Amino acid sequence: MFYREVGDLKTTYRSDQQVLTITQERYAIFALLAFMYAVVPFIADDFWLNTVIIPALIFSLAALGLNILVGYAGLISLGTGGFMGVGAYACYKLTTIFPDVNIVFHILASGFFAAAVGVLFGLPSLRIKGFYLAVATLASQFFLEWAFGRIAWLYNYNDSGAIDAVNRSLGGFALTEPYGDTKFQYLVTLTIVVFLTLIAINILRGRFGRSWMAIRDMDIAAELIGIRLLPSKLLAFAISSYYCGVAGAMLVFLSLGSAEVESFDILNASFPVLFMVIIGGLGSIIGSFLGAGFIVVLPIIISTVPRFFEIDINSATVEHFRFMIVGALIIFFLIVEPAGLARLWQITREKLRLWPFPN
Amino acid sequence: MTLTKSAVLGVAVGAMLTTSFALNAQAADGHYIPLTTYRTGAFAGSGTPNANGMHDFFTMLNQRDGGIGGVKIIVEECETGYKAQKGVECYEATKGKGALVYNPYSTGITLQLIPKAPIDKIPVLSMGYGLSAAADGEKFPWIFNAPATYWSQASGVIKYIASRNKGDLKGKKIGFTYLDVGYGREPIPLFKALAKKMGFELMLLPVGVKEMQNQASHWLQVRKEKPDYMIIWGWGAMTPTAIKEAAKIRFNMENFIGVWWSGGQVDVRPAGKGAIGYHAMTFHGASTDIPVFKDIIKHVVDGPGKTLTKKAEDVKEIYYMRGVFNAFVVAEAIANAQKITGKKNITGADMRKGLETLNLTPARIKEAGFEGFIDSLKITCKDHAGANKMFVQRWDGKDWKKVSDWIEPMKDLVRPMLEEAAAKYVADKKDWVTQKCS
Repeated sequence: MFYREVGDLKTTYRSDQQVLTITQERYAIFALLAFMYAVVPFIADDFWLNTVIIPALIFSLAALGLNILVGYAGLISLGTGGFMGVGAYACYKLTTIFPDVNIVFHILASGFFAAAVGVLFGLPSLRIKGFYLAVATLASQFFLEWAFGRIAWLYNYNDSGAIDAVNRSLGGFALTEPYGDTKFQYLVTLTIVVFLTLIAINILRGRFGRSWMAIRDMDIAAELIGIRLLPSKLLAFAISSYYCGVAGAMLVFLSLGSAEVESFDILNASFPVLFMVIIGGLGSIIGSFLGAGFIVVLPIIISTVPRFFEIDINSATVEHFRFMIVGALIIFFLIVEPAGLARLWQITREKLRLWPFPN
Repeated sequence: MTLTKSAVLGVAVGAMLTTSFALNAQAADGHYIPLTTYRTGAFAGSGTPNANGMHDFFTMLNQRDGGIGGVKIIVEECETGYKAQKGVECYEATKGKGALVYNPYSTGITLQLIPKAPIDKIPVLSMGYGLSAAADGEKFPWIFNAPATYWSQASGVIKYIASRNKGDLKGKKIGFTYLDVGYGREPIPLFKALAKKMGFELMLLPVGVKEMQNQASHWLQVRKEKPDYMIIWGWGAMTPTAIKEAAKIRFNMENFIGVWWSGGQVDVRPAGKGAIGYHAMTFHGASTDIPVFKDIIKHVVDGPGKTLTKKAEDVKEIYYMRGVFNAFVVAEAIANAQKITGKKNITGADMRKGLETLNLTPARIKEAGFEGFIDSLKITCKDHAGANKMFVQRWDGKDWKKVSDWIEPMKDLVRPMLEEAAAKYVADKKDWVTQKCS
């Protein structure tokens, strides 16, 4: 009923190797993209765009970046917040030093700074693995937090110690928060996220992705079949950090408007992104999006529910409930499906493909 | 998971998403005042009385006078946990409902809202906190930080210390311990300038949010370096911890002076007797023996008004009183805006005008029941802080007692610095909205 795969034949190698091999799914994705581009800007108001959808997209990108490292290359990192921060601060420095260069270019370029820092802190990954590596990346997180707070050059010696909003435009329209129109910010965010996701899918399908997965599954075997561990692992750190860095830059310039160290500390960035990856599904691209949606959207929906039904409840109580409900749901989902939301989707999809025949 | 289950789940998620899109903000009928509060987290100790004070004063006005100018006040709280990011979320969630003014109660949130205010045309009143430079009304038309900026206050603290040393601070060592966020870092430029001018040595001791409740190493350093005075810019759990640590190393409490956000009962109580002698700046009295608090207790705390204040005793909290003062300024600005525009229901832009021409004369202060509690307050187009006077209070183990005269900040030093900082803030921002004051 749902899937009609009969007659969906592949006659060329090209069509056999495309990203989505099932025609229906391809159309579904096109339809989803069309919906995201053409419908969402008109039905969602500024609140939903600015506090839910844009952050969800940006965090999806960060989760995707971390997923490359944790899910595909098997290298645990707690330094995501730091790498996002590097992107944000790099973008701020770039755009204040070169104000005439397009901000989107700066956002994409700032990822390279994050990648460089990621490679630097990824060096120990050749020698240490697992929890020990997590501790090493934690050190990078602490160092970067310290740097953002203490090196005044990074925030242009602002007395507030925060990087504040700069007014930059794209194609003649103000883009950066808070100057730009939220719908415009949304479209730019969506475009960057879609573009980078497409690249990530292809990297992961290709030689790099396969070598990372080989390392993840058994590094000695990977080495024996000719994969050089150090360059592969460092490349994983570089690409992962690139994505995190771009996400950090987008977070500041397209969503928050200004940021302090606090936005990139371990509790506000590193852990949530790691949870997104774990709940969404390790080693899954769709999982990164589902996980980010879960962690970003759910708390906000929970806190708007009483407001929606006009229940008179004190905001602190809502906050306490929110913590409890989100915590309970995380545990619930992990018990129901430890492999994450992506696995749930995968099972559903398999069943739908076979439907009405059970397997 | 069976198909039915997943179908149910899918429908549920779909329904949730569609209803959520329908959750459009609707304009509220009345003076809509959103409050970004923090009743949870490590700053709840300071945030809760503050929020209660603001809330109760507005409720009292609704109960006693039927609102302001015949229009009820609608207060909506949004919990931030003192997190700037959450504060922005709250701002986005409430700005579309006709918000008149934001009182962030967090310098971090204020900094985030400063560039947004002119675009959304909603003023920000950061009462005695926030960006000092915003006192320059020509550069920051939408931001108000009356009754005084942090820089004014910093100059006041030093002036007070100097007065205890016959005006001479040469060779003295003054330690400055601060919460290492935008709030605590704000006064540093002024302290540095003063150290240079007056010849004292400044020792900086930042305390990160994570180390807030564990300051043993910081105070060990104080013990080693033996500063003559300590100044603290703490908030939430930081101040009580610092006072306890200071008592532990037997630092002379008479030489320990807090910012006005480190001078509540919640800050000194945990240290018990050890806190006796601790000083703090303030810009209002500590006695609840004035008509307005009696009205709040009568109409709200013990009366029919809805409140989260548990007992009449809680009204005596310094931060509660400050919340009331803050709400009073907002209420007066609303009344002023109604008077100027002749409208009953005002907008954020009207509110800005109301704040900018606010003049709380002694007569008005007496009429409103605040006599003896606050000094007169006048905001002008040029000066959004007013650089008003402040005084020092001392904790005697039971009450806060006024121990200094009203201290005039060093206006001639602070104002040029403020203007310079404001110009610097605006310099690299294209299309920044400024105004010319006649």
